Amino acid sequence: MTGTPLTHIQATLEDPRLQAAIYKASGRLMDHRRHAIDPEELPDFQELRTQANLLKRHTIENLDHYLEMFQAQVEAHGGQVLWASDGQQVADFVLELARRKQARLIVKSKSMTTEEIDLRDRLEPQGLETVETDLGEYILQLAGERPYHIVAPALHKTREDVGEIFSRRLGVPLENEPEKQTKIARAVLREKFLAADIGMSGANFLVADSGAVVLVENEGNARMSTTAPRILVAVAGIEKLIPRAQDLAVFLKLLGRSATGQALTVYTSFLSGPRRETEIDGPEEFYVILLDNGRSKLLADPEKRQSLFCIRCGACLSHCPVYRKIGGHSYPWVYSGPIGAVITPQFQGIQAAGWLPFASSLCGACGEVCPVKIELPQLLLELRAEIQKARARHSENRWEKLAFRAWAWVMRHPRIYEMLGMMAGAVLPGASPGDWRERLPRWAARGPLGAWISQRDLPPLPERSFRRVWRERLRAGKS
Amino acid sequence: MPRVSLFVTCIIDQVFPQVGLAMCQVLERIGYTVDFPEAQTCCGQPAFNTGYREEARQVARHFLKVFRDAEHIVVPSGSCTAMIVHHYPGLFANEPRWLEETGRLTPRLWEFSKFLLEVARVEDVGARYDGVVTFHDSCHGLRELGIKEGPRRLLGNVRGLTLREMEPAEECCGFGGTFAVKFPEISGGMGRAKIEAIRSTGAGAVVGIDSSCLLHIGGMLSRAGLDVRTLHLAEVLAQQ
Repeated sequence: MTGTPLTHIQATLEDPRLQAAIYKASGRLMDHRRHAIDPEELPDFQELRTQANLLKRHTIENLDHYLEMFQAQVEAHGGQVLWASDGQQVADFVLELARRKQARLIVKSKSMTTEEIDLRDRLEPQGLETVETDLGEYILQLAGERPYHIVAPALHKTREDVGEIFSRRLGVPLENEPEKQTKIARAVLREKFLAADIGMSGANFLVADSGAVVLVENEGNARMSTTAPRILVAVAGIEKLIPRAQDLAVFLKLLGRSATGQALTVYTSFLSGPRRETEIDGPEEFYVILLDNGRSKLLADPEKRQSLFCIRCGACLSHCPVYRKIGGHSYPWVYSGPIGAVITPQFQGIQAAGWLPFASSLCGACGEVCPVKIELPQLLLELRAEIQKARARHSENRWEKLAFRAWAWVMRHPRIYEMLGMMAGAVLPGASPGDWRERLPRWAARGPLGAWISQRDLPPLPERSFRRVWRERLRAGKS
Repeated sequence: MPRVSLFVTCIIDQVFPQVGLAMCQVLERIGYTVDFPEAQTCCGQPAFNTGYREEARQVARHFLKVFRDAEHIVVPSGSCTAMIVHHYPGLFANEPRWLEETGRLTPRLWEFSKFLLEVARVEDVGARYDGVVTFHDSCHGLRELGIKEGPRRLLGNVRGLTLREMEPAEECCGFGGTFAVKFPEISGGMGRAKIEAIRSTGAGAVVGIDSSCLLHIGGMLSRAGLDVRTLHLAEVLAQQ
């Protein structure tokens, strides 16, 4: 379909090393999740999913209320809330802040929201060094790539790849042991943490009733990024709200398990406001930027609003057989996998991303694993219908639509359906499966039949359809 | 004798008539009178999944008309059954008459293995199949209808049959309807992963409840030159 990055997809499919890396890493995430949600381990997993869905539904339906509550709480703690309608506004604020505070260096923790708005690319050309401190993100920053997976950004990189990137970009000797690689990164990043003027983070949750930014991580880098520098700027999508701190009892149980199979991640940080007078650490200034960037458009759509329930656990990616084949970089935006296929066309329009909802076998694995029960397969179907309507308005699917219209007519006329079936049997090659490739008429080879046999054989069509067999059977029985 | 109407699906009608016949034989063997409403064609899923809702509705109305008076409708496909049970209501959300028809029809509609186990309450149909098979979980049957243990229980009662599970059995084979021809490379890639899982079991046949998945899997096996048959569950159960 138009817009499909076929070359990239093909290259990924034909790279056995990359395929093995994706399968191994996503397979590991799947295994870990399966063990973590074992009924012996967590008997109320399905109830938790339902509860999380209801909580998110309630929050999204009353988002204005909770956003205002959150803002009031943050301000009561001495922090500031800023509202950004797009990435440029976020960058403008950070640049202005840096100018005012004479800041030169930002340390960042992992955040899909800042990836979404290409924040680094907006800051660095202005002379503001911005360093990713999550190991996976750091590797990708050095490699000049965007995240491959929502929770495992460098999922596609083997240890050899990482060794090569470090050696090339940091000038260190080639090192393929992950532990030693971590030490190399740590040595560089420690210096950055200590020298940084501004710490930036995303948010896993924004708690409305306590004005807290909740961060979930395993490396401790988010805690360092948000406590060592004297200024903290957290950037979060407006959908990250949850009503009460106690709701975390539901979400924290689901997030770690769904993402990496952890009952709880190593660090869970609650950031609420700047350092108090009696406290000895923490930032002196505390800013939360609430980003819209198209979210309010989704909010306006009652059918597809549930796309905003996503807590970015990445389970739908790891479990998606399409993602596992084409990898994260075949998707046009930072959000890949089924959730990417659902939100990208809504955020970026169907011209750029209209092919995505069609690039799915609709197997439903994503909907099955989603911890907040987003009906991903249903949304893909809804989007398909919308996209076809939009394509029809621009006559982009004229032949396909005509074909389906004719098909629907034939399907309502059983005699014609039967006749056409018989004609197909007579016209199309039969005998042995291999025949299809050699004997398919050229006109047919360009269409769906050609696409079919580009990958797999077709059995010879039977001499008689079931309905004819049935009729003969009836006649034989009666005589 | 109780009566069932077959909805054989368009793919079985046109490509795998032997599956329809096998289903017929099994149902007759356990005491049903089988009927085939000849005006049937398709459930409308190809149009629905490709985003052509109006075209899907037209075909769905035809289906509802054809099967309006059937006592039980048995379908040798999880996917077509799920289409009718799960997607017709949404498709007819603004058409009360057809919504009502759907509501009246769906309680009488059964995927083949579910019908055997839950309506006929037969676990052993007296079949015999000598050989090792593996079972592919078709996605819509598995995730929309919860069909997982049922077919395995039926296969467990087939004399001479050994079931060897593939790993992973629940990952999609890559068929996906028009997806298979819109994105043949991706579909083919998924199919190759699936046939590798099948091959690793050493089974002589892969059994499933959906002929559309089996068409794709069979085509992939044939292209790879692997000597593994594809069989619909009904074909195994019909053998004696």
